[in-house]
Amino acid sequence: MLSVADLKKGTKLILDGDPYVVTSFDFVKPGKGQALYKCKMKNMISGSTLDRTYRSGESFEPAGMDERDMEYLYKEGTHYTFMDQQSYEQVVMEEDAVGDAKNFLLENTKVAVLLFGEKPIGVTLPNFINLRVTQTDPWLKGDTSGSDSKPATVETGYVLRVPPFIEENELIVIDTRTGEYSTRVKG
Amino acid sequence: MFFSERGFLEVETPFRIPANAPEEFIDPIPTLSWQLQTSPEICMKRLLCRGYDKIFQICRCWRSDERGSRHLSEFTMLEWYRSDADYHDLMQDCRGLLQYVADFCTTDSCFTRNGLKIDPHQSWQYFSVQEAFLQFTKAKALDSVKNGLFDELLTAEIEPAFEKFEVPVILQDYPAQLAALARLKSDTPDYAERFELYVGGLELANGFSELTDPLEQRTRFEEANLMRQQLGKTKLPLPEPFLTELSAMPSSAGIALGVDRLVMLTTGSERIDQVVAFTPESL
Repeated sequence: MLSVADLKKGTKLILDGDPYVVTSFDFVKPGKGQALYKCKMKNMISGSTLDRTYRSGESFEPAGMDERDMEYLYKEGTHYTFMDQQSYEQVVMEEDAVGDAKNFLLENTKVAVLLFGEKPIGVTLPNFINLRVTQTDPWLKGDTSGSDSKPATVETGYVLRVPPFIEENELIVIDTRTGEYSTRVKG
Repeated sequence: MFFSERGFLEVETPFRIPANAPEEFIDPIPTLSWQLQTSPEICMKRLLCRGYDKIFQICRCWRSDERGSRHLSEFTMLEWYRSDADYHDLMQDCRGLLQYVADFCTTDSCFTRNGLKIDPHQSWQYFSVQEAFLQFTKAKALDSVKNGLFDELLTAEIEPAFEKFEVPVILQDYPAQLAALARLKSDTPDYAERFELYVGGLELANGFSELTDPLEQRTRFEEANLMRQQLGKTKLPLPEPFLTELSAMPSSAGIALGVDRLVMLTTGSERIDQVVAFTPESL
């Protein structure tokens, strides 16, 4: 068990059955009064946030988290299937838990999957990922509208802004943390 | 300078003592069989009993397990005491001191907290605890003491409300249970002559009209120890020589001000870590 004094930013604990991560934490003590611990927490599944104040003496169950290297296999409806690289066990994750990562998932992409007990609750992608452009309008030479970017669709269906010189079938590098175009590569 | 100009004598008292004033929520750090002081109050009040009428001290104090964005377990306290005075006189001292410090230490004669300028030269805000609860919470002060939610409401509702004032705020007349060493108000004995000074929502000082009745004081110390035992904490020894000498103490008032926090306000620092060279974690 964790005592309230063990809590700090980043501590993961279980509240009402859900895993939460402490996002900010402070010790307060009004003059001559009792020690209070002010905590902001984020639900690691739903992303909702919570403010709680605890007194000393309260205790918490730590949330056991495990991150495993997995490979993305396929999607069926709103279910995403991944395979553990070591045990070859398959896990299925809901689209909500996959979150924005779904924009960058191609079959056989290597990712890290965060597990809360047996339940997969998040995907961490490589910071940069290569995806091929499937549709974008050609660059009109002499276009003087001053626009320095245009929309492009990549093979996962994700749409982002790219520089005007990018053409269909080109391979581009996307920063998965921001979802933005980074550079283009040959291949 | 501020104090010597006003006729206060600077004193030094021992840091390591056999007994602090027992408090329900303040835990001294033991050293051998004695304790480090949680405040210099016991020895300073004994000096009042011996006839020193205006004294001040800036010294280190220690309180076990206090660490947060405004707390260090070892911190610097400024305490001052006046004979033939009550808490209103201390409020006037606070006003003078904050103006003096703001003029001396800052370019615009104002304090800064969370980006807000707080001007100690304007007229200050005064709230009784009762008024503050009525205005900023849905509860009554005395009820909140009874059901144990006083501290929660104070930190969750009232202190954040004080953050918005552009002048210092005095919160005065605390429920009697929350003022172990303070004199009760003669007209409303449910309340004691205790106040807290807030600047930008940051609690800076706690002062009160001193209780001078040794029997009453002993009872309150024993009550504090009883509360400690109910919380599963150790009983603390009583400062016996202080209780013996207390009957000689003139009507007085005393106040403790957190110097690190005052420095935070003059420098616009958000965290106490920014105003000390070493935090406990860096040692």
